[in-house]
Amino acid sequence: MTALGLGRRRGTPAVDSGSITLTQRRIYILPTRAGLLFGFTVVVMLLGCVNYNLGLGYVLTFLMSGIGIVSILHTFRNLVRLQLKPGRPEPVFAGSEALFPVLLANRDALARRSIGLMRTGETPLFVDLGPGQTTTLQISVPAAHRGRLQLERLRALTTFPIGLFYAWSNLNLDVHCLVYPRPEAGHVPLPAPRAGDSDGVQMDKGENDFAGLRKYQVGDSLRHVAWKALARGQPVMTKQFSGLAAGELWLEWDALPSTMPLEARLSRLTRWVLEAARAGHTYGLRVPSITIPPGAGLAHDHQCLTALALFRA
Amino acid sequence: MTPRLNAAPLQGARVYSLLGALAAVLAPHALRIPVWVSIAVAAALAWRAWLAWRGAALPRKWLLLPLAVIGTAAVVVSYGPHLGRDASVALLAVMLALKVLELKTLRDAMVAVCLGFFLIVTNFLYSQSIATALYMLAAMAWFTAILIALEDRVRSLTIQQRFGSAATLMLQGAPLMLVLFLLFPRVQGPIFGLPQATSAGVSGLSDSMSPGSLSQLGLSDEVAFRVQFHAPPPAPQGLYWRGPVLWDFDGRTWTASSAASIGASDVHHETAGAAVSYTVTLEPHYARWVFALEVPVAAPVGTVLTGDYQLLSLRPIRNRLRYEAASHLAYRYGGDERPELLRRALRLPAGYNPRSIQLAREIRERSAADADVVANALELFRSQPFFYTLVPPELGRDSVDEFLFTTRRGFCEHYASAFVFLMRAAGVPARVVTGYQGGEINPLGNYLIVRQSEAHAWAEVWLNGQGWVRVDPTGAVSPARIQVGIAAAVPAGDPLPISVRGSFELLNRLHFAWDAVANSWNQWVLGYTPERQTRLLTDAGFGAATWQTLATLLMGVAGAVMAVLTLLILRRLRAMPSDPVARTWLAFCRKLARRGTRKRAGEGPRDFARRAASEQPTLESQIVDITDLYIALRYAGRGDRGHERRLRDLVGAL
Repeated sequence: MTALGLGRRRGTPAVDSGSITLTQRRIYILPTRAGLLFGFTVVVMLLGCVNYNLGLGYVLTFLMSGIGIVSILHTFRNLVRLQLKPGRPEPVFAGSEALFPVLLANRDALARRSIGLMRTGETPLFVDLGPGQTTTLQISVPAAHRGRLQLERLRALTTFPIGLFYAWSNLNLDVHCLVYPRPEAGHVPLPAPRAGDSDGVQMDKGENDFAGLRKYQVGDSLRHVAWKALARGQPVMTKQFSGLAAGELWLEWDALPSTMPLEARLSRLTRWVLEAARAGHTYGLRVPSITIPPGAGLAHDHQCLTALALFRA
Repeated sequence: MTPRLNAAPLQGARVYSLLGALAAVLAPHALRIPVWVSIAVAAALAWRAWLAWRGAALPRKWLLLPLAVIGTAAVVVSYGPHLGRDASVALLAVMLALKVLELKTLRDAMVAVCLGFFLIVTNFLYSQSIATALYMLAAMAWFTAILIALEDRVRSLTIQQRFGSAATLMLQGAPLMLVLFLLFPRVQGPIFGLPQATSAGVSGLSDSMSPGSLSQLGLSDEVAFRVQFHAPPPAPQGLYWRGPVLWDFDGRTWTASSAASIGASDVHHETAGAAVSYTVTLEPHYARWVFALEVPVAAPVGTVLTGDYQLLSLRPIRNRLRYEAASHLAYRYGGDERPELLRRALRLPAGYNPRSIQLAREIRERSAADADVVANALELFRSQPFFYTLVPPELGRDSVDEFLFTTRRGFCEHYASAFVFLMRAAGVPARVVTGYQGGEINPLGNYLIVRQSEAHAWAEVWLNGQGWVRVDPTGAVSPARIQVGIAAAVPAGDPLPISVRGSFELLNRLHFAWDAVANSWNQWVLGYTPERQTRLLTDAGFGAATWQTLATLLMGVAGAVMAVLTLLILRRLRAMPSDPVARTWLAFCRKLARRGTRKRAGEGPRDFARRAASEQPTLESQIVDITDLYIALRYAGRGDRGHERRLRDLVGAL
């Protein structure tokens, strides 16, 4: 149902991309329950005025009606031409909350008050936007499963100024959050590294034995940057460790027991990736149909976790 | 549909604000409802405020439910089972007190605000004065500000902003209010139930007159009615506003006869000259008579003219009544009066006032005709030391005897009563007429104000060949009363209201100014009846104002007002002064696009300039200059109006 011709159902496109301006066509307005109560009060008052011939009562009743009607325009004004733009959410692990940033921009000279943003059925977040002001709201969505978490339908809403009318606009933002598999809990030792695939010789040297420096490459872990060398004025170098140089750590699907279910395997591999990254190892990931050669650094970690998140058997 | 936004708790200053606003609209009721209700409601408000201050939990349902039952029962016991106006207000106050005690969430607050709005209108059942209106307007602004506070979800608004927004809403709602007020199809009430307004405390004439009743009224400066003459008003001595006609005397009190015993007007009348026409706005007096100058020749709409030339409304006048009337000041009527009414106009109670009866006989013997009897009796008042005063002495059983022979000090009712008594005792049919005499022209509004203090009583005698003739014995004693007004007639020591006395020039002027405002208020706000609405539309040229006409007109005008308001409210949306630098840059991009170099989405100004310069080598230096200046203005925050102008010139020259 549309109200008062201010909004039309056809206005909402299937998926919105980029920045969205809430045009008149996509804003709906309906009275709230409080608005219905207010209207009922006005009707009862009008009956009283007729019955008792209260000239002044008519003034009051009609002034209340006038305020109620004008408030529709204010409620509509509060929302129309508001701009929303989804930001890029940070990846999260399954079981935690994904935070979708949404930028709200008020390009107009008038303040917008108590603008709400919510997922369907949730409690809205409210914000005030002064003239020309922009602000970012973080929409929190529980990330239950690994994979891509699509932001469900959002709703921008307002009942300002007097709560008699509810103006809203539904948004289908084309934005998703990458959800890594939930890392396995408890102590999970990393598999032993080995010296290449060809000879399979186990390295007896300590993994963390320093072996030398090489030129920094994008993606190298900051942990391994030779900060002391940098401080001496040398170019940015990455420390190499003999254990990793000689033998590589491979996190392998096939190394896990064949009875292990799929999600449990992914959980274990995720855990290993985290552990390896934390320890600063150079590691590679091998799952069916995907092989990520050994590497280190945030970009590498993300590549591996993404492969696990999106893994299809 | 609507999310449950209002389940949030109501806390802090908003609780006190709401309680304060409710107390403000309940306060005028405090003296109208029983003391125990006032105390209970005040206690509930205070209790709720205390709970808010302590942050304590609200009373449980099991406590409130019995309180609700007890409160309702107590109101019913105090007022009886018929819920009248006062009882309804008391019940509403009790309910509000209970609602306040369960004021927990924003939704409860919304209910309380609606109750508050309703309470405002209940105050108008008792008073619709300008002062009440202003007070309640302030209360309304307060409630609206509370609604805004409830909707201010991030609590960012200051109290000034909340009241400012409330005032804006009310101002913008006012044009719609005006349209609805004038054009919403009016229905004459009551539509259900009985109007509970009562005559208690209303002063005015009654259907009986005993010594002292009119002189009491003389102390009141309340307005009885206001008159707008359609031509220059007649001289003061012609302004006899005819009210109840009193036929029957019991020795002390004169009483009006029922309309039924007189019947409708059937006596013959002749008039001379043109009729005086005027509009009367009568204050409610809860009786049926309607005042007109002697004598009205036709009954205004909704009234009947009785056989003794009284105008009676079909219903008691509970609301301000406006009517058009026409009267002839030169007239002769009742020459063919029915014999049984003439006999009735001679009747006197036996065993009262023997000395007066003796006096009447003496006058009769001295007089040849009935007209001489009248003249001799008036001469008696004129020659003997009679005094006109607002504070006459008390009179005993034989009131006429005491007045004529002992006290000789009286107000108009004493003179009229004694005169009619003498006439009847002398065999001349006579009756007492009460009403108002005179009035005061308000120069500011050019209308006549007739106050209760102008209440008057005079006599009518029936003379063969002439019919009923007005005789005013007060005029014989105090000609000034009739020709100038009551202020000139009563001794300076008498307690006359200041507004009537008129001795303080400035005060009097203020009084006139205020009465002019009050009159417009009555005419346009309180007295805007269905008839007035119809007349307004007829005058505006809309012909017969059926409710269809009204509805169409209402829709049209309200639609136009809404269109203007929409423009007004939404106009400021686009008023953000767009950045002149950005505007110039866009113009630059458009120019390049026309030459075939279109800026790509996501391409920064520097990258775009580099590409444009390579694609348009002839413009390279200009492109570089413009882009450098633009980047300096836009991102480095440097530059002033001069730089902006230079940018504009550069782009213009491209």
